[in-house]
Amino acid sequence: MIWLTWRQFRAQAWVALAVLAVAAVALAVTGPNLASMFDASGIVGCAARGNCGALIDAFGYQVGHNAPDNVLDHLGPWVLFAVPSLIGMFWGAPLVTRELETGSFRMVWNQSVTPARWLAVKLALIGLASMATAGLLSLAFFWWSSPVERVSMARMTPGTFGATGIVPVGYAAFAFTLGVAAGILIRRTLPAMAVTLAVTAGAQAFMALWLRARLIAPVRAVIPLSSAVLSQFDVSPRTGRFIVYTGGNEPQGIPGAWILSGPETITTPAHVASQACIQSPALVPRPCLADLARLHLTQTVTYQPLSRYWPLQWYETAIFLALALALAGFSLWRVARRG
Amino acid sequence: MTAVVTTEGLGKRYRTKWALSDCTLSIPAGHVVGLVGPNGAGKTTLLNLATGLLAPSAGTIEVLGGRPAAGPAQLAKVGYLAQDAPVYAGLSVADHLKLGVRLNPGWDADLARDRVTRLDLDPRQKAGSLSGGQRAQLALTMATSKRPELLILDEPVAALDPLARRDFLSDLMETVAEQEVSVVLSSHLISDLERVCDYLIVLIASRVRVAGPVDELLSTHYLLAGPRRDPARLPAGQEVISASHTDVQSTLLVRTADRILDPAWTVSEISLEDLVLAYLSQDKPKRDPHRRQPHLRQRPHLEVQK
Repeated sequence: MIWLTWRQFRAQAWVALAVLAVAAVALAVTGPNLASMFDASGIVGCAARGNCGALIDAFGYQVGHNAPDNVLDHLGPWVLFAVPSLIGMFWGAPLVTRELETGSFRMVWNQSVTPARWLAVKLALIGLASMATAGLLSLAFFWWSSPVERVSMARMTPGTFGATGIVPVGYAAFAFTLGVAAGILIRRTLPAMAVTLAVTAGAQAFMALWLRARLIAPVRAVIPLSSAVLSQFDVSPRTGRFIVYTGGNEPQGIPGAWILSGPETITTPAHVASQACIQSPALVPRPCLADLARLHLTQTVTYQPLSRYWPLQWYETAIFLALALALAGFSLWRVARRG
Repeated sequence: MTAVVTTEGLGKRYRTKWALSDCTLSIPAGHVVGLVGPNGAGKTTLLNLATGLLAPSAGTIEVLGGRPAAGPAQLAKVGYLAQDAPVYAGLSVADHLKLGVRLNPGWDADLARDRVTRLDLDPRQKAGSLSGGQRAQLALTMATSKRPELLILDEPVAALDPLARRDFLSDLMETVAEQEVSVVLSSHLISDLERVCDYLIVLIASRVRVAGPVDELLSTHYLLAGPRRDPARLPAGQEVISASHTDVQSTLLVRTADRILDPAWTVSEISLEDLVLAYLSQDKPKRDPHRRQPHLRQRPHLEVQK
């Protein structure tokens, strides 16, 4: 059975190895250059010198204008998001439908191996190959992008989280077994492929946009506004309230956190603000900001801190592996029962 | 007489449509059994149930004393050549033999290799590029080299040209003679069945209409031709299978264990094909009992009009 699985999976395995090889070469050729660029940027230890902002901007500019780095940096997450769906569509969905469509199941299911065992071996071996493919791609990209990550601290954001760490392994196992189960239920390859793509992409989006933030209760923090983060203010013509804007979106003190809500725009009744602010709002005069700081304004933020990256990775991977096991069990049950 | 396949009230439903319903039959061991019937009689469904590719919706089926496809041991006992001789188009002939070795503990590698050599199949050739006849031969090799006790073939020659059909059937006969295997073979080509089968089952709308050894069937069915006569007035023990009448003459196909003694009849023996056709055509008016024997019922009206 192992021989037959390999014989029928051979061509697809070579394609996967070719993709892995191309990715490995591309990342291995450009990776060391990216790392040395980071070392030369002087970002390490910049905090002591107080010039981090400028150095990070300069490094980001360098990466953005180095064609291979820029392409890989943007392409990598897309590839890692797409690979599970591709595995589900091209390895999972046709696994049983191909046998049904060509009629060969009537030959192979009459050898001295029960159809359930036939499917179990295929699910196990090709399932492991799926997980290995996604895992190796993720590992290679993780290594390559680590200098960029140290600067951007974007690992927790939805666009990066699902394309790094061990989560792609869970996605791949899920998509593969989903493809097999869809094929067994629908019995035709093309519709099964379409369903696999839609459900896999849907599950990834649902996880990123809704469920992941709720796996661990988010941190809710009230952050005092210092004059350093205040950048601009305005008076609302409608309510007459005083609106304060902070410089960046990032609240201070929680680097790399995944901000779920906030920071809210701070409003306060206009009369509390100093006369200086109202006189010349467009100029953002220093005295006004100092006055505002004295009001002890605060803003509320909910977020998942960077320290929860690995716990969330494990939770999410476990969820998808459990779904994959359920789908595999369902497929085995259907094939064993038949008709 | 031991049975290789026994069914009891067997039924298979696809959604709301019954492909086979309330089928009770027994297929004896040690024969080459031909299974004939019109399209939709449930032949393929019955064979798929016997190989365990389908699970019954109703009733029971027992094959060689076990539930079909119940486990590796049961699977090893039954060889199946499915309709259109499915093989893996992308695998070579040699790959198929290797598949046989890997998936069947009882695989007879010498037998398989000898067959491939004798049939002049190139081991390196992909199964997808084989001719229809060669593909059927390869599929038969797959089914027989696992050394089954029962070989089931579903329309094995339907798609073959006459020459390939002759080769396949003579090869099948050799294999059966060498291996002493029970065979069940479905076909709608009665002339082919006549050449290979020694036992016949006519299945019409899930029911066994007639079953028995071919010799016995041929020696108990007679074609009678003589003066016009109402079939109801035949001696007891003579079952009318089909009847056709002209104004003066009646032609009857009767089944009887006794000899035909009435000198009014011209008695002739019939071929297996005529016998099967008589049973198949008999089926049609039977669906509406009031329209049975339409010629005889309408006859008086015609006479009054004269």
